[in-house]
Amino acid sequence: MSILVNKSSRIVVQGITGRSGLFHTQQCREYGSNIVAGVTPGKGGIHIEGIPVFNTVAEAVKYTTANVSMIFVPPPGAADAILEAADAGLELAVCITEGIPVRDMVPVKAILKQSKMRLVGPNCPGVITPGECKIGIMPGHIHKPGNIGVVSRSGTLTYEAVKQLSDAGLGQSTGVGIGGDPIIGMNFVDVLKLFNEDPGTEGVFMIGEIGGAAEEDAAHWIQENMKKPVAAFIAGVTAPPGKRMGHAGAIITGGKGKAEDKIRTLTECGVIVASSPTRMGEAMQMAMAAKGKGKG
Amino acid sequence: MNIHEYQAKEILNAYGIPIPRGRVALTADQVERAAKEMGGRCVVKAQIYAGGRGKAGGVKLIHHPEQAQEYAKELFGKTLVTPQTGPEGLKVRRILVEEAVDIAREFYLSITLDRSSSRYVLIASAEGGVEIEEVASKTPEKIHTLTIDPFTGLRSYQARWIALQLGLSGSVCEDCVNLILNLYRVCLEKDCALVEINPLVVTRAGWLMAMDAKITFDDNAIFRHREYPDMMDYSQLDPLEINAGKYDLAYIKLSGSIGCLVNGAGLAMATLDVLKEYGGEPANFLDVGGGATREKVAEAFKIILQDTDVKGIFVNIFGGIMRCDVIAHGIIEAAGEVNCTLPIVVRMDGSQVEEGKRLLTESGLNVQCSDNLGDAASKIVGMLG
Repeated sequence: MSILVNKSSRIVVQGITGRSGLFHTQQCREYGSNIVAGVTPGKGGIHIEGIPVFNTVAEAVKYTTANVSMIFVPPPGAADAILEAADAGLELAVCITEGIPVRDMVPVKAILKQSKMRLVGPNCPGVITPGECKIGIMPGHIHKPGNIGVVSRSGTLTYEAVKQLSDAGLGQSTGVGIGGDPIIGMNFVDVLKLFNEDPGTEGVFMIGEIGGAAEEDAAHWIQENMKKPVAAFIAGVTAPPGKRMGHAGAIITGGKGKAEDKIRTLTECGVIVASSPTRMGEAMQMAMAAKGKGKG
Repeated sequence: MNIHEYQAKEILNAYGIPIPRGRVALTADQVERAAKEMGGRCVVKAQIYAGGRGKAGGVKLIHHPEQAQEYAKELFGKTLVTPQTGPEGLKVRRILVEEAVDIAREFYLSITLDRSSSRYVLIASAEGGVEIEEVASKTPEKIHTLTIDPFTGLRSYQARWIALQLGLSGSVCEDCVNLILNLYRVCLEKDCALVEINPLVVTRAGWLMAMDAKITFDDNAIFRHREYPDMMDYSQLDPLEINAGKYDLAYIKLSGSIGCLVNGAGLAMATLDVLKEYGGEPANFLDVGGGATREKVAEAFKIILQDTDVKGIFVNIFGGIMRCDVIAHGIIEAAGEVNCTLPIVVRMDGSQVEEGKRLLTESGLNVQCSDNLGDAASKIVGMLG
């Protein structure tokens, strides 16, 4: 079992004729993902790599019964592309695009609250269910099928974590990169909820970083609700305070955002936090072992 | 992207928000002339990309034009260190000369993004002119916030509620309502990550006025504001950071001796964490982007080497999809171009990794390869001894 994507996901790629859209379409296909359609306004009617291209998502859904979108549309049109996917009745959109203006995402987020479509990203590596379906830009070969759910705000750091998990013999049920932008679709808690209910997931590894309060929110949710062991890593313990992006933002989150605070909160809520990025696999093993003991 | 106070005020003024009469000066003579224009009594303000200037000696009330010139001579070229600049401080290249205004009351007003609700939020406080963080920690009850619905926008009655909370009444309260609505227009139309007036004042004559202002643009929205790049004051940025920006690399100078080249921000942060854990001190944070290309790696390499504090280089590229032999070529090319003899440790993962390693080892560079993050970190720290 898995969450969000599996063998039966029928994928439409928005922005399929762009350079990275096409490259990653090929990569996902090689991994075994079922790509049924592409969308590029103005290019409807052509085939690319044997995949039919449509002008709109609605048309793509009508003719191919696609149910999941992978979005590679450049920033100026990306918010529109997300809304188009939702309007066409898709279940899930995974938006890889990096650099969407905040002003565009504020209304998108508000509209999605009333939509049945789930959004992963933007500015994320995507979603992968090892051995079944890859929707995104992550390297497939480091993933192994298994029962650890992975959820992360980061891109390449997730690859490092997954590699350590796989090396430690811990395969993954599904890996979800939720994205690093200030406004994203699914957050840590949304993904944790799905992992909690997924019979194929027995433990979760979570990767966070400095800024915002999403890790703290997740920690409290885990303490209250999570039935499965969780291990985590937070990047940026040694990061300098650096360039402040407007101090007013920090007021609302109550001065949260520092790595130490996140690590403390997670630990207090029963999450095993890796002390170093070299020990992420180890932390997950410890969490799984601790659970085994609890049961025995 | 940051802009100066005077630029922020010009934008506010274009949206009908009153600001003091003022003039920007680049020389002490210009400051003197501007002071005369203001009638002698004026405020001289250093323009740097950071707040907290007052306490650092960057703002002064002046009584005669000659005094303005003297103060300007002292200020131009001076490095101001404030809690927001970091220890290296920022150099003063521009000065704003403004009419002195008699102030009756001071407030705080800003609009920014609230990440938890994914909406813009208006923040107001009756305690103006001081750091809002201070107010938030000492007297949080004085801060009023209002989350803005993106579909209805900010409504007059909501702005009025804020103005009343600030203790305003009568016509100045209605002026404040308009000012708040205009501030929200600025935030949207100019794609601001933050627009802040601190202090917003009521003058003794009974007018509202933005005495100090700060605007930070959303970097992702620069593509639809062609005027923004020209507004940038490059003297306020680290030259290496400017150079990195040209190639779309995220670079931040740090104080150590190990130059870091990493793909992806999270991994770059984790790389700094690992170096410190093994007793090394990173010289920089550098993210070449998730999908590093040969060109970007080569440019990044050159930027790192321009920093004379760098004694060794740590490359951590976890690509997966990208080809390691291509990355290796980028490193070899850049190192050759600048005659780099410094020790280099490369940790790569992706396709053609063995070929990439062979190229590096046979390149004649002082380079070691490693498969594992911890091992790589201990190697570079060891090589620098």
